[in-house]
Amino acid sequence: MDKVIMIGVASIVMAAFCMAIGSIGSALGEAKAIAQALAAIAQQPDEASTISRTLLIGLAMIESIAIYCFVIAIVLIFANPFWNYVVAKPGG
Amino acid sequence: MHLTPDQIVFFRWGPVHLNATIVFTWVLIALLAALSWLLTRRLAGPEEPRSRWQNAVEVIVEATRGHIRALCPAGGDSYLPFIGTLFLFIASASLLEIVPGWHAPTASLSTTAALAISVGVAVPVFGVLSQGFAAYFRHYLRPSAIMLPLHLLSETSRNLALAVRLFGNIMSGAMIAGMLLAIAPFFFPVPMQMLALLTGFIQAYIFALLATVYIAAAVQRGQEG
Repeated sequence: MDKVIMIGVASIVMAAFCMAIGSIGSALGEAKAIAQALAAIAQQPDEASTISRTLLIGLAMIESIAIYCFVIAIVLIFANPFWNYVVAKPGG
Repeated sequence: MHLTPDQIVFFRWGPVHLNATIVFTWVLIALLAALSWLLTRRLAGPEEPRSRWQNAVEVIVEATRGHIRALCPAGGDSYLPFIGTLFLFIASASLLEIVPGWHAPTASLSTTAALAISVGVAVPVFGVLSQGFAAYFRHYLRPSAIMLPLHLLSETSRNLALAVRLFGNIMSGAMIAGMLLAIAPFFFPVPMQMLALLTGFIQAYIFALLATVYIAAAVQRGQEG
């Protein structure tokens, strides 16, 4: 029984930490990229379409790290293999 | 609450499970095919007046072609069918979220993995078609043969990222709406649903854009040297 509680608590806490810490870096990176792109568009409005296309590609790359964290958090909460193993074992 | 539409099983027949992902993919394919057939049945010539539907479809095709040309001027229109199909499939899958009861098939990792694999196959195919077999695969040995595992790793990981990015974005949109329905129904799910529509559309654009970038990189590196 203790094992079940421990795995449950660890999964939930670690999912929260994964999301919290993982999104910080991604958010800072995206903010920096958008700020630079806005400055570039303000200087050269003619190149706005090229800049925004490159910006979107870059944002997709940066964002994928946050999405990895999100997927891992989701797996920890909803599809945790250790949790399923412990629950399936008779007697906990 | 369902994590992915894979978990909604309509029909079991031995080892074959007919789940919501497959059914909604079929519905989407039928819908897109029927719409394309209906809209292109009687196309007006250059001088004749166009119907409004033809105008709408031409806008989509022209915009897609413009983006592809800007990224890969050498290719011409040869990538337009592939990229356009990817974009239309993902965009309409998220756009149909406004229909009650619709589960976007792209919220399942199986669908997005299939799309990413088709991109992963298309990149070497277009590369080989444009440069020839030996010239394309010689790139993997540059600058030296030690780089071969790194090249392979980078191609695998970027395709994995393609699949997981689309899955994560679409699934999170559906899931946040589901959670808010349980916590604060009536008002809050609506703005989140609108945000999910926007995210789905941007992700369709990004998926098509990244596929174009990968194909353009495979095609153009032969011409540079």
